[in-house]
Amino acid sequence: MRFLLTREQSDFARSLDAMLTSADTPAVVRAWESGDHGPGREVWRRVAEAGVFALAVPEEHEGVGLLPVELVVAFRELGRHAVPGPYVETVAAAVLLAGSPGLAKEWLPRIAAGRAMVTLAEEGGYALDADAAEAVFVLGARPAVLPPGGALRVSSDAARRLFAVTPAAGAGEALPVPVASVVAARESAMLLTAAQALGVGDALLARTVSYVKQRTQFGTPIGSFQAVKHRLADTLVGLEFARPLVYGAALSRAGADVAAAKVTAGEAAYAAGRTALQLHGAVGYTQELDLSLWLRKTGPLRDAWGRPGDCRGRVLEG
Amino acid sequence: MDLDFSAEQDAFRAEARAWLAARVPEGPLPSLETEEGFAAHREWEARLAADRWSVVSWPEEYGGRGADIFQWLIFEEEYFAAGAPGRVSQNGINLLAPTLFDHATDEQRARVLPSMATGEVVWAQAWSEPESGSDLASLRSTAVRTPGGWLLSGQKTWSSRAAFADRAFGIFRSDPDADRPHRGLTYLMFDLRAPGVTVRPIGRLDGKPAFAELFLDEVFVPDEDVIGEAGRGWRIAMSTTGNERGLMLRSPGRFLAAAGRLARDWRTYGDPADTAVRDRVADALIGARAYQLFTWANASRFAAGETIGAESSLNKVFWSEYDIALHETALELMGSDGELADGKWAEGYVFALAGPIYAGTNEIQRDIIAERLLGLPKGRR
Repeated sequence: MRFLLTREQSDFARSLDAMLTSADTPAVVRAWESGDHGPGREVWRRVAEAGVFALAVPEEHEGVGLLPVELVVAFRELGRHAVPGPYVETVAAAVLLAGSPGLAKEWLPRIAAGRAMVTLAEEGGYALDADAAEAVFVLGARPAVLPPGGALRVSSDAARRLFAVTPAAGAGEALPVPVASVVAARESAMLLTAAQALGVGDALLARTVSYVKQRTQFGTPIGSFQAVKHRLADTLVGLEFARPLVYGAALSRAGADVAAAKVTAGEAAYAAGRTALQLHGAVGYTQELDLSLWLRKTGPLRDAWGRPGDCRGRVLEG
Repeated sequence: MDLDFSAEQDAFRAEARAWLAARVPEGPLPSLETEEGFAAHREWEARLAADRWSVVSWPEEYGGRGADIFQWLIFEEEYFAAGAPGRVSQNGINLLAPTLFDHATDEQRARVLPSMATGEVVWAQAWSEPESGSDLASLRSTAVRTPGGWLLSGQKTWSSRAAFADRAFGIFRSDPDADRPHRGLTYLMFDLRAPGVTVRPIGRLDGKPAFAELFLDEVFVPDEDVIGEAGRGWRIAMSTTGNERGLMLRSPGRFLAAAGRLARDWRTYGDPADTAVRDRVADALIGARAYQLFTWANASRFAAGETIGAESSLNKVFWSEYDIALHETALELMGSDGELADGKWAEGYVFALAGPIYAGTNEIQRDIIAERLLGLPKGRR
């Protein structure tokens, strides 16, 4: 028993953090929002170079995985830096496609190398960033692959570009994947969304802590007021008790554990967002401040790939 | 990173489980906040001690098994899962004993620890005073030098278990001229039946005498009952309060067992259509798992040679709020029976309500989290 990241895992997080910090991700997000995928694809390439997609692909298909703990480490960093794009969906699609030898051979080496950006959606739902992806994989009673396209629906997080999976999805090409792969893909998406939410929450807390240290009112930093301190303390408690659930679920990969991690990380990040907004005051309510890039994610990430009520139901099923 | 227990750890778990399965009393003992319950719990603790299960983390020479932190966590999981009784000796075991291991003489350890392990001597903590709660440095009761020892005078309050306990420990102002309020304090042990001690039980919310006021009028304490150096009581006490907030007070086993009971009750009494209650039951299960994993992470850090400092304040805020939420959910689930004072969750609920107050109020814990973990500036309280 050693429920602690190894030195290699911590180093991996640090190197991703350094790379993403130098990539100026806020500018990347703003470009992605307007449909300019260029800077986002450049980040995607560097994330692939760092080996992130390979963590989701077995060795026989030119990956190094499946390594869920390392993936969680990576997705927390992607969340901390608000990186736009269908990262969760591409990795979950790799898990889905691994269930079919033919599809695995066709797709996984390209996904591992970062050459294939794909997306994944529930039947009847929205496909994230389908305009940037080369294929849309659809989960449901009859898993299928669709060509990308459709009408853009703007998410409340403008960096999440949504495309309706048309009711005529049945027209897509059916995928020969077993039910177990569909379940595993959903659980991967759920776990990595939780990790991403945790990173978003961590970033919101860190930005708010540094803001309340320098913002003064009544002649003193607002961070010295007990009402402010206590909200931030509660935010940290929420995140620090979500964190072990996310890593624990990566290790056990039990459905109930993954659902518990998803609901808890999602709620903790959402609460971190509410606190961040309140303590930044009116300036936090503006689009110009980079804080907004993280704030707008908290609702969608809480509800994507497992809404809180569904996750809680799943926990009680055991 | 892994969650796998070793073969030795599994064997330890199996041994504890078998022992408990054969000996845990059927049905609950009377409340340990009553005289009758105190006696019944002492008997149970003596039985535990006879097979060296009462203080597994202590060295063998004092009746323990030299268990490491993971074995301790495993034992606690098994203990609560078996439905074993709450521990009447917990104040001594969790608060005084760690202090003795760190600061006492060999003679003191040999004299005090064995009878604590068997429940023969039950210890009460005597920290708070009427004007001194979270601001412990403001305490006023005094220890005055006298030949061969000290004379204690003053008033202590909220002394848990003191209504029926045998001895107590606390800090006293031994140098009223010290330049700072937390200097000139001395840590002492004293007899609750010594001349000059008056114990006045205080009824808790539910009427049970779960704590007491102590009035001390020149109570003689021999030098041998001073812990550490006279005048250094503050530093010694701080190491104890860290224990109180941190790992050793609330093992995850207790909450895992309680959440498991709640989930079983939900399956028996719950209305599947009532998703509001269902969600809270799920949150209780999730919270227990989160607390268990958080503790394992801290234990892993501890085993790797790191120390756990202000992080214990995160722990304290979490479990104390969690405990209340769990019990509130249980009472709502029980419907009109939830109101009954002798109901199956009632005493646990009253006990849980005290969690955010004792061991340093949660307001103080949040200040510690904000200042020491988040680096926010000190400010007006």
